[in-house]
Amino acid sequence: MNKAKFVYVVYIATTPEKVWQALVDGEVTHLYWGHQNVSDWKVGSRWQHQSVDADHDVKIVGRVLESAPPRRLALSWARPDDAANESKHSRVLFEIEPVNDMVKLTVSHTELEDGSDMQHGITEGWPRVLSSLKSYLETGKALDTWAMKKTQRA
Amino acid sequence: MDQVFKALADPSRRKLLDQLFEENGQTLTELCSDLDMTRQAVTQHLAVLESANLISIQWQGREKLHYLNPVPIHEAFERWIRKFEVPRLRALGALRQRLERGRK
Repeated sequence: MNKAKFVYVVYIATTPEKVWQALVDGEVTHLYWGHQNVSDWKVGSRWQHQSVDADHDVKIVGRVLESAPPRRLALSWARPDDAANESKHSRVLFEIEPVNDMVKLTVSHTELEDGSDMQHGITEGWPRVLSSLKSYLETGKALDTWAMKKTQRA
Repeated sequence: MDQVFKALADPSRRKLLDQLFEENGQTLTELCSDLDMTRQAVTQHLAVLESANLISIQWQGREKLHYLNPVPIHEAFERWIRKFEVPRLRALGALRQRLERGRK
């Protein structure tokens, strides 16, 4: 089975600490990503990406593979249905490095099943999430793409 | 943002992005094989794309792999396209309502 890899880069006028916090603080991820990232962020711990409403609908699950605040965070990544099937787990690495007065955030999503729904989902999703994160950290205002999706659904 | 539009203004550079969209993470040699351009010209185009942050470079051993980075294109979409799209969608919605009312 071919495994695909994607690398996304965004430059943000902020500090590495703020980028780190924006990845691991569920209150903040909710603001620009539409869902909460929840974990204690210790290596080996579980993490999940879940909705904020009362039923906490879980979208993505995985484990924390590396955690070196505020520079490096690696996660395994799977749909809840595939939690037990490791062959369906992909990996996400966040690398945070200061460049002049900016921060370079590199997101590498690897070991994706080629042609899978997950691959289609993330190739659409990451550019939107990262644009929204940049907008949130630089202007305090996230992109309203998730809000818009809800309106369309209604 | 200027750099992004400038980088996208060239058909050869758009072709390079298309090639990476088809298959992400290619080497310079792989990218050259489908193009009717000198290796040197491709190298220069890749440098423009990299400085516009439209591609990112990852080293795998001694191989330099090029990855498509669509994040700046998404930013341009948010800034320059979506905000114009919203009023148009609203206008279409109003038109539909009027036509549907007329049918009754």
